[in-house]
Amino acid sequence: MRISVVTFPGSNCDYDAYRVCLSRGHQTKLIWHKDTDLANPDLVILPGGFSYGDYLRGGALARFSPIVNEVISFAKKGGLLLGICNGFQILTECGLLPGTLLMNESLLFICKHQYIRVETEASPFTQSIGKGKVLDVPIAHKEGNFYTDSVTLKQLQDNNQIIFRYCDKQGEINLQSNPNGSLDNIAGICNPQRNILGMMPHPERSATDTVPTQDGRWIFEAIEKALE
Amino acid sequence: MKDYEITPKVIAEHNLSDEEYERITNILNREPTIVELGIFSVMWSEHASYKNSVLLLKTLPKEGSSLLAKAGEENAGLIDIGHGLAISFKIESHNHPSALEPYHGAATGVGGILRDIFTMGARPIAALNSLRFGNPGNPKVQHLLKEVVRGIADYGNCFGVPTVGGEVYFDDSYEGNPLVNAMAVGIVKHNKIARSAASGVGNAVLIVGAKTGRDGIHGATFASVVLSEKSEEKRTAVQVGDPFLEKLLLEATLEAIDEELVVAIQDMGAAGITCSTSEMAGKGNVGIEIDVALVPQRETDMTPYEIMLSESQERMLVIVKPENLEQIKSIFTKWELDAVQIGKVTDDKMLRVFYGEEKVAEIPAETLILGGSAPVYKRESKYPEYLDALHNYDIENLPEPDTYQEVLLKLIASSNISSRHQIYQQYDHMVQIGTVVEPGSDAAVVRIPDTDLAIGLSTDCNGRYCYLDPYLGALLAVAESARNVACSGAKPIAITNCLNFGNPYKPEVYYCFKESIRGMSDACKALGTPVTGGNVSFYNENPEGAIYPTPVIGMLGLMTDYRKATTQYFKHENDIIVLLGSLKASFGGSEYLKIQHNIIAGKPPIVDLEEELHLQDLILELIDKGLVNSAHDISEGGLLIAVLESCFNPEQLFGAKLSFDLELNPAKIYFGEAAGRILISAAKDKYNSIKEAAMKHGIEYHKIGIVSANSSFIVNNHINEDMAILHSAWKQGII
Repeated sequence: MRISVVTFPGSNCDYDAYRVCLSRGHQTKLIWHKDTDLANPDLVILPGGFSYGDYLRGGALARFSPIVNEVISFAKKGGLLLGICNGFQILTECGLLPGTLLMNESLLFICKHQYIRVETEASPFTQSIGKGKVLDVPIAHKEGNFYTDSVTLKQLQDNNQIIFRYCDKQGEINLQSNPNGSLDNIAGICNPQRNILGMMPHPERSATDTVPTQDGRWIFEAIEKALE
Repeated sequence: MKDYEITPKVIAEHNLSDEEYERITNILNREPTIVELGIFSVMWSEHASYKNSVLLLKTLPKEGSSLLAKAGEENAGLIDIGHGLAISFKIESHNHPSALEPYHGAATGVGGILRDIFTMGARPIAALNSLRFGNPGNPKVQHLLKEVVRGIADYGNCFGVPTVGGEVYFDDSYEGNPLVNAMAVGIVKHNKIARSAASGVGNAVLIVGAKTGRDGIHGATFASVVLSEKSEEKRTAVQVGDPFLEKLLLEATLEAIDEELVVAIQDMGAAGITCSTSEMAGKGNVGIEIDVALVPQRETDMTPYEIMLSESQERMLVIVKPENLEQIKSIFTKWELDAVQIGKVTDDKMLRVFYGEEKVAEIPAETLILGGSAPVYKRESKYPEYLDALHNYDIENLPEPDTYQEVLLKLIASSNISSRHQIYQQYDHMVQIGTVVEPGSDAAVVRIPDTDLAIGLSTDCNGRYCYLDPYLGALLAVAESARNVACSGAKPIAITNCLNFGNPYKPEVYYCFKESIRGMSDACKALGTPVTGGNVSFYNENPEGAIYPTPVIGMLGLMTDYRKATTQYFKHENDIIVLLGSLKASFGGSEYLKIQHNIIAGKPPIVDLEEELHLQDLILELIDKGLVNSAHDISEGGLLIAVLESCFNPEQLFGAKLSFDLELNPAKIYFGEAAGRILISAAKDKYNSIKEAAMKHGIEYHKIGIVSANSSFIVNNHINEDMAILHSAWKQGII
């Protein structure tokens, strides 16, 4: 398939996502944020990093980049859009996903392995993984504490838009397995149309044989199957 | 400018001696201008000139077939790793700025060392840091620790380099003068290596990156004096960093080098424009003429003096052929950075500075630089009498502890041994998806993109050992860092060093420095790991006196197949636990002595370098043949602590059952320290092959126990403790 990874000034996981997609045999392109052509992709990835140095707030300035208009219209037409970490922050900032990512409860940056549980199969990003599956997908962020108002939270819950929750090795979801204070242990959500996923964990960091864990591959495989 | 009078007071404020001032007037054949005085002051400061260390540094072994740049020749060391690739790496101190402004001091320390790497055309692929603080029970130390870690984290994380390793130690001697040493490692293709010597008369001199402000003026001279109460007033000498700008500068710089638009390039760290212009001219045997009024400034009414001495971060000086000017500017514009021509290369070997029409400085470039005719001193050295008392202290007749179990619990929870996860989890250690072995193990392992190669990296120095015996301490630091890297499966190939010492004008301090250099030199020669460069940091003192001599070693190792990388953690139940090396150990300088008896005395362990080399060859062979499942250097805390650390596998907590003969007092075997020892675990059926290999290399071996999946830690009939208790004591950490 054709994948476009957007590079904002300050993105630093763009090349990681690019390399993982290439290694899986996909026609992958890095798209500069000032471009206005997404190169006709099947999937767009907004990668992790510190776009514009996270000045103001994570993702707050990136949404003014010219390419973001293209990303929005691509997604509105139903194109698959995956925002990872800073990419998730950008998606909430430009209104494609609800809520916001607050500073971690500890007020510190956290980089570690983290278990997340697949909460629904009803998304192109998880449909072949299986509900309840526990994956080790690393996190690395300072602003990953998902927050929204109670009405929106209820909508997310009722519409089955919560795709991943933080959990422990056994899949238990509780305070101890919540690394950042995220509301309802939310690690990733989708839009009501289910073609846009924002997630704080980094699937591209556990999808090659270089690194110690490989569970991120489940997510890439799911997307590949969905687009077959 | 001429109205500024050069009085003895002004000269003293610039930290120049009378002799040095006289030398300046001899060079110029006149009185200097204030700008010239400022230039000489920073270039002849200890920080830039190495005037009190360079004679000794020259004695370090710097030869090796894989060295692509000699120590001191470029901004960082350069090592050939085959496949047309080279590793650029270096460690540098940012101690004094971090003492006053821990967050910005540490952050800009990281920024500076990263620039040293990418100014050579290398993309940074790993960062490490070596930190020392006073007593962690002191709230001020906790503040320093938290802020330093946050500074390193914020800078490295935003920049996008994985911070994969390092070390943190606490000792009273670092109270008020913490050590913050930052190391960076990059990868570059041979044909894309950028150099720093200016060339090509008529070529353009560009300043690129951030705008220039008043921050960090006199940072280099500030780093070259002892901290005092008054140092707090020098806060403006600490620079402020912007990692986002540095990330843009990285991409723009590498793009410009890749497009072959760069004749020469040097980053601006200490002494800013002054240092980069004089060094680039001096090294290239050419002159450089600049107009500082053209430098993009972020503050108003800056004087030429301030512009020349500013240490604003995230800037580079680039030499470009006139025909390539527009192309290089367009690259920097794309990354939203300034790239402004401020001068040109000349043929008269002078550093000439204008402020508009006015000439404000004119100095032969060569007189300013290391390797040129900047001053070089041999300092007086005197054996410190206190060493006799430390060595003669009776540590052999101390009472055995009542219970070994309690000692073990105390040690595993102690500040120098307990878990560092609260620190390294603040560092993004996974970005760039090359981290094969994550922080927490002996050495970090990072894969070289698009090859099967990987590098092992470690920083080490036991300051207490160096205090007790500076020669042995430095030698042990090299041996341990090599051992750490070897335990990961990488062959040690070269070092970088950061030499942290007190005031070199104190003969005892200078003795320690000299002895450390000798120890490092002997170890590097024996282990075949040349010194590729590094940094000297003197004047690390507080009102109580000098810090422990702390020559931090940054070791680089290479492995041909990243899949063979090994960690220190036990992997399987029923694996045998084997000690490679002797069961004998001693108490001199040990954690046990400090924690159990509150004594710092004795002699550090003796190391036989030839045996050390055999031991490292042995572990490399065992790993290469797939005979071991884990390998762990036995260091602070001794044998039992090493076994526990191997039990603490982040994936699964293991237990261990140890039984072995006790020829000495149990405390000495359990907690004593010795060099040249590695703890391995292996499948039972591999034991014969391991024995054979150990015999071939002439290394002692002892089967001391079994890895268990149950939750007990059992040692002979002395210890039987719940692993959960030991693990939580260790995990309590230090913050």
